[in-house]
Amino acid sequence: MPIEILMPALSPTMTEGKLAKWHKAVGDEIVAGDVLAEIETDKATMEVEAVDEGQLGKILIAEGTDNVAVNTPIAMILADGEDKADLDKAAASAPAPAPAAAPPQAAAPATAAAAPASSPAPAESEWDGPTVKLTVRESLRDAMAEEMRRDADVFLMGEEVAEYQGAYKISQGLLDEFGAKRVIDTPITEHGFAGIGVGAAFYGLKPIVEFMTFNFAMQAIDHIINSAAKTRYMSGGQVSSPIVFRGPNGAASRVGAQHSQCYASWYMHVPGLKVVAPWSAADAKGLLKSAIRDPNPVIFLENEVMYGQSFEVPDSDDWTVPLGKAKVVRPGRDVTIAAFSIMVGKSLEAAEALAAEGIEAEVIDLRSLRPLDAETVVNSVKKTNRLVTAEEGWLAAGVGAEVAAIAMEQAFDWLDAPVKRVGGADVPMPYAANLEKLALPQVESIVAAAKEVCYAG
Amino acid sequence: MATRSSRAPASKGAKKSPGKRPAPGYGAVSKDELLKYYRSMLEIRRFEEKAGQMYGMGLIGGFCHLYIGQEAVVVGMQAAVTERDTVLTSYRDHGHMLATGMEAKGVMAELTGRRGGYSKGKGGSMHMFSHDKGFYGGHGIVGAQVPIGTGIAFAHKYKNENAVCLTYLGDGAINQGQVYEAFNMAALWRLPVVYVIENNKYAMGTSIERGSARTDLYDRGHAYGIPGEQVDGMDVAVVRAAGEKAVAHARSGKGPYILEMHTYRYRGHSMSDPAKYRTKEEVQKVRQERDPIERLRVALLEVVGVAEAELKEIDRNVKSIVSEAAEFAQNSPEPDPSELFTEIYA
Repeated sequence: MPIEILMPALSPTMTEGKLAKWHKAVGDEIVAGDVLAEIETDKATMEVEAVDEGQLGKILIAEGTDNVAVNTPIAMILADGEDKADLDKAAASAPAPAPAAAPPQAAAPATAAAAPASSPAPAESEWDGPTVKLTVRESLRDAMAEEMRRDADVFLMGEEVAEYQGAYKISQGLLDEFGAKRVIDTPITEHGFAGIGVGAAFYGLKPIVEFMTFNFAMQAIDHIINSAAKTRYMSGGQVSSPIVFRGPNGAASRVGAQHSQCYASWYMHVPGLKVVAPWSAADAKGLLKSAIRDPNPVIFLENEVMYGQSFEVPDSDDWTVPLGKAKVVRPGRDVTIAAFSIMVGKSLEAAEALAAEGIEAEVIDLRSLRPLDAETVVNSVKKTNRLVTAEEGWLAAGVGAEVAAIAMEQAFDWLDAPVKRVGGADVPMPYAANLEKLALPQVESIVAAAKEVCYAG
Repeated sequence: MATRSSRAPASKGAKKSPGKRPAPGYGAVSKDELLKYYRSMLEIRRFEEKAGQMYGMGLIGGFCHLYIGQEAVVVGMQAAVTERDTVLTSYRDHGHMLATGMEAKGVMAELTGRRGGYSKGKGGSMHMFSHDKGFYGGHGIVGAQVPIGTGIAFAHKYKNENAVCLTYLGDGAINQGQVYEAFNMAALWRLPVVYVIENNKYAMGTSIERGSARTDLYDRGHAYGIPGEQVDGMDVAVVRAAGEKAVAHARSGKGPYILEMHTYRYRGHSMSDPAKYRTKEEVQKVRQERDPIERLRVALLEVVGVAEAELKEIDRNVKSIVSEAAEFAQNSPEPDPSELFTEIYA
């Protein structure tokens, strides 16, 4: 049987990519290690090397094709003694090549659910001007670029932010525009460069410190908390830390326990810090711009799985979203679902499913975790009388615990059922695909929790 | 490349009382300047003695780390910098604040936790700052000031200010990992920072021999190409000369410089120190043979030819400043309860 070459994944969260170029033509002899083709995603370009030997029998996906789903067969290799007849046989027995827009089940079963098509338009309601469709990744880059144009004291430092264009390509193009003075590659020393960032902030600069992921910020957490968060208070108001610490937080996909953890509640605990965790691209942009302008240390929690998702974003270089304000992303009367970051998308999917069963859920995107917009949550609970919280992190001392406590303290008499928290399983993140899926909160868990507080089914 | 200074540390081979020895380097320093250093060192010593007393009376709480014995380091280094330069250090910071020109009253009132303190009573002994004097703390986490000081040096360079940041650390902090992360980036980016290691021989109660695989600290930047020197930190003129060289190096764009100051603290690590880790005789010997203030006093009298009366006048003046500070610190009211919730966010 001819050997199928499948569209490879370049990263754990890649779901599709562009087949940019074929380096071999039909009929070429292939030796293991030969470069067959070039694959591009919005983050990276990679060469596909042959592992098998033989003759390139057929190209299934032409070069220049966009949105080729991971694991789609892209070519066939004929082994010694095989010919075109074998190709035809294979084509007859093999499933048709997956359509480009196929859901990316194979690559990231647990977390790669795209924003549901039925979710409400994510553009800010307060914005009635033109919008443009951007990925979260592009909107984060635009936010930094706009603020760097606006204020010469703003600079970006971190691992691979400059020449490499960002480990997750968030800082793409910034080095070209702003130069090495303001877009600074650091050595892999989080503790040291976080402290350097804080020192620069003490002296009036406005650093954006990128952590490749927040998992690595644990090396630097002393400077984030003891140096950045506390100094304004300890100095009687003399010395502030206008600094943003940003990077992906929470579970990526299949990277195991040390690279998959939500730190939201860790930072949310600390007075002196502000903590932001956006979901949509519009909020990612508007909140990052506000975070950079804010005179306090801001922890800006992104999500790797969200980077490639597209949303409508206000077409403006001076549009911001205030820190400390939650947003009702779907109104409803029966139950409130309070979520942040990637769980907002899952909560919207859950709301769709609930609507099909006659339960109208109101979904709140908390967006800012410190300060937390208790008012929006409490007002919603007063209307729906039921509350579900959804987060990826562990429930113990988590964000949901805080939201539940606020509801109990400020809306006790309006609650018709105990608050239900949905969160990650109380285990280090497993690697195996099935276990990882079990460890992460899914749409069904939110649906079940909402039904439970509604005493339905 | 790191080079050992030609100046041997005075702790080695000091046979006769160096207090009687005309100290090197004084020839290059004017009488007025020497008198200024004398005054500055004396102010620190009297201040710290008073703080010790007040701690004993329960007027100062928490941790209180006294600088007595190490005065020549900060006074000599401060003589080597200009007003646009910046300073930060660890929690043994009272001397540094006074040497940068912060007022004794404000520092003492912070020690007593009163609203007249530099941090309005909200920082305490280990956490004080002054934008005006370029003093950026006062850091309570051992070694944390090193990346922060490196970051301030980064800002100096970013803003093209031609300023230098003096970042002080102890012989305990020098073993912290973040110190080397900062050394690497400071050298990589040629940041204008001088690292002043105040080697007082004891990291809390652990002698340097028991805590460091090698006891020489001046060459800890060798791996990053940072030059370093050992300096007699008990001689203010020697410190100044070494400081000027290091600061000129950093200011000229050549990157960081390390000075290892051989010094000694007479008092415990903090006020609560069992003093079991060294002998009384050891402390007494340094006091008698290497005391930086006594050395300068003898040199002023015997080499420079200053009249005793002039020094006595300085003594009286310093004493009155410290008394006023102590009085202010006891009379300044405690912070208003409403201050509990202010200055958390800008």
